[in-house]
Amino acid sequence: MSQKTPLGRARGLGSAHSGAKHFWRQRLTAIALVPLVIWFVTSLVARSTGTYEEARAFFSQPLAAALMLMLIGAGFVHLKLGVQVIIEDYIHGESTKLALLILNTLYCAAVGLLAALAVLQLFFAG
Amino acid sequence: MSKTEAGGASAARPARERPLSPHLQIYRWTIPMALSITHRATGAALGVGGLLLAWWLISLSRGPGAYQLVMHVLGAWYGRVVLAGFTWAIVYHLLNGIRHLFWDVGYGYAVPTARGSGWFVLIASVILTAALWAVGLGLVTFGGVHP
Repeated sequence: MSQKTPLGRARGLGSAHSGAKHFWRQRLTAIALVPLVIWFVTSLVARSTGTYEEARAFFSQPLAAALMLMLIGAGFVHLKLGVQVIIEDYIHGESTKLALLILNTLYCAAVGLLAALAVLQLFFAG
Repeated sequence: MSKTEAGGASAARPARERPLSPHLQIYRWTIPMALSITHRATGAALGVGGLLLAWWLISLSRGPGAYQLVMHVLGAWYGRVVLAGFTWAIVYHLLNGIRHLFWDVGYGYAVPTARGSGWFVLIASVILTAALWAVGLGLVTFGGVHP
């Protein structure tokens, strides 16, 4: 028998109030990354002997640029969520944990943004 | 017992270490456990690899000079060792991630199944990594992939 109050059942949240969202985002990005990673790795391997011009031409295609942006978006959100769990599991000091969680978020946002901007620049430069 | 006495007693109680559940070093290593730890390790490593991806994309957008530098580093023996490591990490994390997604929908929990899928992921990740490099280095060509 459920020990939850009717309001608690209606809200559908556990004691931490937000774990389900983290879980879903981690899975959603994981599912999106399966085809995106396969596409990216096989594209790279197929062009491993290509020139600078050929690499630029690749990212001037709308489909390739769009898929690359999706890969970067899903990848860095997935990374942020995954590393967050590692930090929460293994770092017990509150201040160290908080500092590392902030650093993780900023790292993923910054590197992901830089990569995405480079793709946009490549696409619009043609 | 009055309120003040109770408060005084709790304040005087010496702080002591609370017991913790045993950590990694206490358990016998099993395939599912080793793969679970490797999943996290490869995930964190790929996070560092994200920096390499960003550097490569930025250099490509900067021009031939910047791009040649990155490709020179990646083409050197140390660059290739790092790239091979990232290739295995991404293949492993992909395959083991799919294994995790099956668990998420309730399949593959039986111990022999979990062990079997673990061995499969481990062996397949090595074979796939080798296959990708064989194609990438031009050892194997599929009609028209490599000019």
